[in-house]
Amino acid sequence: MNFDWNWVINWEWVSPFAWFGNPDINLGLKLLEIVFIIMGLICIYAAVKNAKDKENAASIGTAVFWGALGIVLATGRYLPPLINGLLIFTMAVPAVFRKVKIGKTNAPSSEQTKKQSDKIGMKIFLPAFSMGIFAILFALLFSNESALPTLSQAALVGVSVGVIVAIVMLIVYDRKNTPDIFMKDSERFLSMIGPLCMLPMLLASLGAIFTAAGVGDVIATMVGGIIPYGNVPVGIIVYALGMVIFTMIMGNAFAAITVMTVGIGFPFVLAHGANPVVIGMLALTSGYCGTLMTPMAANFNIVPVAMLDMKSNYGVIKQQIYIALPVLLFQIVFMILFYNAGWFGHA
Amino acid sequence: MGFSEIITLVGVLIVILGFAFKLDAILIIMLAAIVTALVGGLGPVDMLETLGSTFVGNRPMAIFIMIMLVIGTLERNGLRESAAKLIAKVKGSTPGMVLGAYGIMRSIFAAFNVSFGGVAGFVRPVVMPMMEGAVEAKGKKMNEKHLETLKGMGGGIENIAWFFCQVLFVGGAGGLLVQSTLANLETPIHVELLDLVIISIPVAIFAVLTAIVVYYIRDRKMMKKYYGSGASKSSSKKSVSKQKDGGGKR
Repeated sequence: MNFDWNWVINWEWVSPFAWFGNPDINLGLKLLEIVFIIMGLICIYAAVKNAKDKENAASIGTAVFWGALGIVLATGRYLPPLINGLLIFTMAVPAVFRKVKIGKTNAPSSEQTKKQSDKIGMKIFLPAFSMGIFAILFALLFSNESALPTLSQAALVGVSVGVIVAIVMLIVYDRKNTPDIFMKDSERFLSMIGPLCMLPMLLASLGAIFTAAGVGDVIATMVGGIIPYGNVPVGIIVYALGMVIFTMIMGNAFAAITVMTVGIGFPFVLAHGANPVVIGMLALTSGYCGTLMTPMAANFNIVPVAMLDMKSNYGVIKQQIYIALPVLLFQIVFMILFYNAGWFGHA
Repeated sequence: MGFSEIITLVGVLIVILGFAFKLDAILIIMLAAIVTALVGGLGPVDMLETLGSTFVGNRPMAIFIMIMLVIGTLERNGLRESAAKLIAKVKGSTPGMVLGAYGIMRSIFAAFNVSFGGVAGFVRPVVMPMMEGAVEAKGKKMNEKHLETLKGMGGGIENIAWFFCQVLFVGGAGGLLVQSTLANLETPIHVELLDLVIISIPVAIFAVLTAIVVYYIRDRKMMKKYYGSGASKSSSKKSVSKQKDGGGKR
């Protein structure tokens, strides 16, 4: 088995001051680090609040979880990977033993929220939309600038600026919205989601470990073994289904596309003259159908269950399966028809 | 294929069995990571370092924590109530229509590669109360099973619109990955990003329309089942009869 540890070994310690002061690192990354520091501080606030909370039946476990998560989010950039790994292990322990609990909350009563709705009215949509509006603005304004080179960075920074603007608007609307209220309300929401907050990143780590261990190659070899040589339609079906299965295991179609294309897509489909634009792209979006059906895609399918306060853990997946399957079928038929119609040749 | 290759799949097995037996998700993943690393001949230090680096590298996934900073207080200040009031002004609106409208809006923004706050920033504080408001505006109380299904559909429309319309953005992550995957094959194949986008259009339209239409039909059936056949029609009848005032009998 070939592990590539160069990227871990090449890690060097850089102090936060040196990092932020380095003019070669682009502004977008630096702004994003500031966002991570704010996120970390929210978690650390939750840790301190729960450590002191006598109403929380598991105040120590809860504090350990949020504290460790907060440190990794805020300062993970400057810590050695080993320390980050240990911190992640530390936060997983109370999570696994169900020692991360909700303490005292200050949820507003429905009378309170009704009163505020009557008072503030439709103006409340301005701060509600500010996150989306700033995401779009930043994406449009900065996508071509060197300062914020990638669009997703620009949008993430934009969303965060939108959050700050929304906070200012809410304070202007009603002075009762003090910083203390914002912190307590965000702690309430964090506690509602609970240990699932770490799940998206943890799954990404598992995906990396699977990839390093060569899981993808083994699956591609196994799946490829069932295709009769030279039968392109069967190759297309297996390639698409392979993408779905592998994506469901990894929780991410991006992790699947390279392995599946090298192992199946090229030798059984593309090498026989199928159009690479159609096959390459639709293989990826076939994988997206797998993302819709797996609990491994936690940030899309499991975290929302907690955010929406649903009863069934698989409540979102249940409503996605019967859409994902026809969309997958559509794509397979599309690829086969495109091939059979004779639109061959490499683009 | 030898034993040393098959054994790497033990982590996959743990994941499948773990979710099948509904074990704790974090427990499943930690176990799968540790076991895969061990059978792969990794020491505990290498395992922890990989865990640390990849976790830190994926922090953008936790952007919802930033959004939480304001959502709780937005709800405290009546966002949900105001969203319900707003939708009640649209006569005859149903949860299915709210979902459809959000799906279209979400798809357009996704094509520009822009997220609108996702489930945390938009579905929970605006779309859900609008769907509840659409039912309550008909003088009915929201049925719990209906609400649970609508929550799932809210998450569903969010994901489906995002996944399949994000690829319509020229230079988006999906297209770039396909381009580089094909370029790095043993026999390199060059594809243009714009061609990848064009071929994604029919798939995006099919996926979003399927979700909107199927969710709409399912919602209409639930409206009839839980609130009686009059519920979904009463307000539209009202507006029809208003228009026909003085027009005599039907």
